[in-house]
Amino acid sequence: MSAISLSAGAGAPDSPPKEAAAERARPRRHRWYRQPALMAGIGIIGVILVLVIAAPLITPYNPDTPNFSAALVGPSAHHLLGTDQLGRDTWTRLLYGGRVDLHIAFLAVLLPFVLGTILGSVAGYFGGWIDMIIMRLVDIVVAFPFFVLIIALVFVLGPGERSIYIAITLVGWVSYARIIRGEILVAKRQEYVLAAQSGGLSNLRIIGRHLLPNVITQAIIYAMSDIVQDILAIVTLSYLGLGIQPPTPDWGSMISNGQNFLTTHWQLTTIPGLAVVVTGLGLSLIGDGLADLMRPGQ
Amino acid sequence: MGRMTFVFRRLLLLVPTALGVTIITFFMIHLIPGDPARTILGIHATPRAIAILHREWGLDRPLVDQYWLYMDRLVHGNLGTSLYYNTGVSGLVTSRLPATLWLIIYAAVLGVIISVPLAMIAASRKDAVRDHVVRVVPLLGLGMPAFWLALILQSELGVRYQLFPVTGYGSGFFGHLHSMFLPSLTVAVALCPVIIRSLRASMLNVLGADFVTTARAKGVPGHRLFVRHVLRNAVIPAVTVLGINIGFLIGGTVIVEQVFAIPGVGQLMINSIFERDFPVVQAVALVFGIMVVLVNLLTDVAYAALDPRVRFDR
Amino acid sequence: MSQPLLQVDDLHVQIAGRRGIVRAVDGVSLEVPAGEAVGLVGESGSGKSMTLRAILGVLPPEARVTAGRVLLDGADLAHLGNSQLNKIRGPKIAMIFQEPMSALNPVMRVGSQIAEGPQVHLGMNRRQAAERAVDLMRRVGIPDAERRYRSFPHEFSGGMRQRVMIAIALSCEPELILCDEPTTALDVTIQDQILRLLTKLCRESGTSLVFVTHDLPVVAQVCDQLAVMYAGRIVERGSVQEVLTEPSHPYTLGLLRSAPDVDHPRSSLEAIPGSPPSLVSPPAGCRFHPRCKFAEEDCTVTEPPLRLIDAGHATACLHFERCLDELRTEGADR
Repeated sequence: MSAISLSAGAGAPDSPPKEAAAERARPRRHRWYRQPALMAGIGIIGVILVLVIAAPLITPYNPDTPNFSAALVGPSAHHLLGTDQLGRDTWTRLLYGGRVDLHIAFLAVLLPFVLGTILGSVAGYFGGWIDMIIMRLVDIVVAFPFFVLIIALVFVLGPGERSIYIAITLVGWVSYARIIRGEILVAKRQEYVLAAQSGGLSNLRIIGRHLLPNVITQAIIYAMSDIVQDILAIVTLSYLGLGIQPPTPDWGSMISNGQNFLTTHWQLTTIPGLAVVVTGLGLSLIGDGLADLMRPGQ
Repeated sequence: MGRMTFVFRRLLLLVPTALGVTIITFFMIHLIPGDPARTILGIHATPRAIAILHREWGLDRPLVDQYWLYMDRLVHGNLGTSLYYNTGVSGLVTSRLPATLWLIIYAAVLGVIISVPLAMIAASRKDAVRDHVVRVVPLLGLGMPAFWLALILQSELGVRYQLFPVTGYGSGFFGHLHSMFLPSLTVAVALCPVIIRSLRASMLNVLGADFVTTARAKGVPGHRLFVRHVLRNAVIPAVTVLGINIGFLIGGTVIVEQVFAIPGVGQLMINSIFERDFPVVQAVALVFGIMVVLVNLLTDVAYAALDPRVRFDR
Repeated sequence: MSQPLLQVDDLHVQIAGRRGIVRAVDGVSLEVPAGEAVGLVGESGSGKSMTLRAILGVLPPEARVTAGRVLLDGADLAHLGNSQLNKIRGPKIAMIFQEPMSALNPVMRVGSQIAEGPQVHLGMNRRQAAERAVDLMRRVGIPDAERRYRSFPHEFSGGMRQRVMIAIALSCEPELILCDEPTTALDVTIQDQILRLLTKLCRESGTSLVFVTHDLPVVAQVCDQLAVMYAGRIVERGSVQEVLTEPSHPYTLGLLRSAPDVDHPRSSLEAIPGSPPSLVSPPAGCRFHPRCKFAEEDCTVTEPPLRLIDAGHATACLHFERCLDELRTEGADR
């Protein structure tokens, strides 16, 4: 930018002392509760979590038991969103399905996060041949379309919840590894690291206590979008019949069940999809909000 | 000369990755617990069939030998034999490749057509209403299941308003254009969030750059300023981001082919999964892997073509 | 006296900052006679770059002209729309920037960038514009011009890039060139070359210059007139000769003292104590008074106006004679 960067307030002796003190007290980052994106995201996810956790309190129905006398009922007083072809209440299935999908997605993020962080730190900190090996591995895994690999792995391992966790872990660690490695490559040149090293601290301690806490934020921000990806993967697998097995409710199989009734009872398919979109929106807002927060102020 | 060596070096770097891809697909059989041959043949598992497979794949020989056999067949273009179709997989794949390629390219084109104007609108006035509105689009798109959007588009634009066919590939160029519109749009929608975000960010970056001020001070008028100076520089990082995410795009085509019943490679894969036709699943995974590797190469080439600094910096 | 080429009248530029409105340029008036070079000197943050950018209407998005006029041939540039301003930029007024590294489009060939002005403003076709560009490249001293027409900016050194910028500025034969610290980012040896080139070309074509810098010796080399800026205002103005030999503002004196002088080496360079004031809430009275060793009671009350103390020499210091006294005592000491 041009030579002048007018920094307002750069004049300690001349501004009244009160103002100067106040400027020092206010931290560089904006207060987190002032971020509209972050707050909106937290709000959305908060509402969703409350709803799915409190499901048994909110709805009297059982998500699994069929009730053929009330099959394919439209939205009404008894059934807020109607029922499906087996007479199961849609609103109930939506809430319970949310429980299943969300808890799997949130859990499924943890293992890749941990695995990727460990491998990424090692690769970034030590460099050399171990870095090369890990990065080659990353390149290879990345070479496959995410979904193709997931679906192939689930196929090989057999459908169901356990396979989902394994498949996502095997495939998902790479992004975290890359992010953490990148951050560590930069951070390890910082003075505080050199100081720790000359202080005789073990490498493990340096990585764990000094480096990681500073670089982990990028991984956390990424984790938000990763959860969204995982929800999509779970839901897609279930749609295909390879994921959550019936009769356990889940948004993907709900969409699949409802697809034959799109013209007559569109809510069976549309509503679960909207639930996914809104959840994705909330999580993305949180991720973006966090990213804005972490960005150095201008 | 500089650019060619750059491309060549990228090509060389791809070789180990491509090899790695073959290793992984090779290993997929061995992830299955128990005798791979028995599991693969499933209901076709007669002792004779098992023996044939053992011999063909060298299942009782050391792993390295098995891999050698695998690579040997690969190099000769032999991707194995489908258990379901009872014919060579290579033939199956090549017959279905055109439809998938159509889908990918059409989706990329639509994605660019939708995203570039939106990114321009957002970047032209940062933090204004129009910017916020455009920025919501990717947030919705990122969380949208492709198959769900596919079903809705099918039902509304296909069945209800009869604007497009709901299934199939169509015939002839315009037939394809028509039949593939909905599926490509679905995949494009999955692509737009990535393009819009990265293009907007790089445009904002460029708009604040010194050389844009120089161009303004030269009196370069708006449209010329935008295309020759801003856009020309902004696409460079966006191309890289697109390339990184292309794997995701290609993966998205799998499910879309399923919903729209497009006779492509993705649909082949899913059908084979349900038929437990293992050789096909393995081969298709390999094909997808190689496809992504090639697209990454293409991205690097495009980057080198667009950015003259590349010759020297690498 | 003939009409000046450019007249800046009480210009005010404000920037919307996070902590308040920054009064970057707070009532600046300037006259640029035809064929002369006017220097604008001050520290970082004094508002000199903003003044230049306001003239051409290329302020950053957060900044705006809130009052004042910029008169060129009778038209007020500050109130012209962008498309009208585009007709001025290039053929009438051109600008050279500080950072040659980032001021050129990295993906466009150097020759095309020079040729762009003539294509847009002079209606030349590609071939004609290219010929003119090569010609300009020779004039600014770029060797092997024909071949280097097709080069990209990153293939040039800093000094060469600045020559390219000068070529761009000259491409539509403007009446005035605004220079925003064009040599600050260059090596000292190259600085001299570029300055000589610039002065030579401008004298040859009778082009006026407004030369912004924080470097006094440079001003002495290039300019005829000089204005010193502090905290968004002009505090002293006059011919280069007068201002540098008889500085009439403590700030000017301070600048002179902090610049190394080969002819009169001092044992120590004096920095001006304190730091530039906040432009959100500047000090009351004379803005320089907190750092001024001649400051008195009346300096803190009202903002002193720019007054003529001699033909063509004006100052905004109430006690300007103290500066001259200082100089005399210093001269006596030597």
